[in-house]
Amino acid sequence: MALNRDSTDTVGIRFFGKVTASVTHEIKNALAVINENAGLLEDLTVMSDRGVPIDPERLKVMAKKILTQVQRVDGIVKNMNGFAHSVDEDEKCIDLAELLNLVIRLAGRHAAMRGVSLEMAPVDGAVMVTTVPFALENLVWLCLEYAMGVCGNGKRICLIPEKTTTGARIRITRLESLSAGTADPFPTERETSLSGVIGADLALDAVAGEITVTLLPKPGAAAG
Amino acid sequence: MDDEIEFVSTLAERLSLRGIEADWANSAEKAFEYAEKNNYDLAVLDVKMPRIGGIELKQSLEKICEGLRFIYLTGHGSEADYRAGSAEAVHYLVKPVHIDALIEKMKETLGQ
Repeated sequence: MALNRDSTDTVGIRFFGKVTASVTHEIKNALAVINENAGLLEDLTVMSDRGVPIDPERLKVMAKKILTQVQRVDGIVKNMNGFAHSVDEDEKCIDLAELLNLVIRLAGRHAAMRGVSLEMAPVDGAVMVTTVPFALENLVWLCLEYAMGVCGNGKRICLIPEKTTTGARIRITRLESLSAGTADPFPTERETSLSGVIGADLALDAVAGEITVTLLPKPGAAAG
Repeated sequence: MDDEIEFVSTLAERLSLRGIEADWANSAEKAFEYAEKNNYDLAVLDVKMPRIGGIELKQSLEKICEGLRFIYLTGHGSEADYRAGSAEAVHYLVKPVHIDALIEKMKETLGQ
């Protein structure tokens, strides 16, 4: 298949933009909580100046709320930082479970907006694979976007990284309505082009309710 | 109404401290329940919430509370970001919001 590098670059930039918009939105929400609690603290201080005593327990609760949000933002920024570093190298040997966990965390807000929960199946040992991390994250993200529309009433999607005899694969499972599909075609040229860049085979199994991304072996790279 | 409970509960408390009676809800179900029992002047809605958007929520609340006015709050990164994604960018503020700006917008929306 002829690869359209311009096309995959455009898809990649859109993906980066979507993730960045989602992450900044999440940070804004956390900042809003911090802002209100800092504001309430200020309100209580003003009231104290007027002779209304401040309950120390109240202050402890507010401090805890602020600390919780700081930890939340720290987690969000760590995820974004990990994502940003996925473009450091064109190809890299990675733990597939780690990559999937990162995509799940990045897509968490999108999934929550649609009332869908994303989870990873327990993994027995690392599934190491040499791949193009950013393109694979992009492909998994696009598969999840489609999967959220076909996961049926269960509203749960489970990702399973697995070793194969020749490499590795990702199973996106519990897609109860995959056979019914959606108004949007899938896979489109975007997914096909990304699969080509990665060296992956994308397949849908309507009976099993699964999308499978099989990572084909790279010349000279052994799957672990 | 906002799915961020720590945000919406604290904001409601701060409005109450300023003499504005405010109930809060962190789900559409709770918002409908309150709207059916009370006669509100104004609803402050998050634009994006799980399962239901602020615009969809507004349309449902309008059917319950005739004449209810609305202000949207958004977690979008910037005003340009929000305007790009919404056709109903009339009365809105971008989080984190300064409470005085919110109260000013409330007065403006209510024509005070």
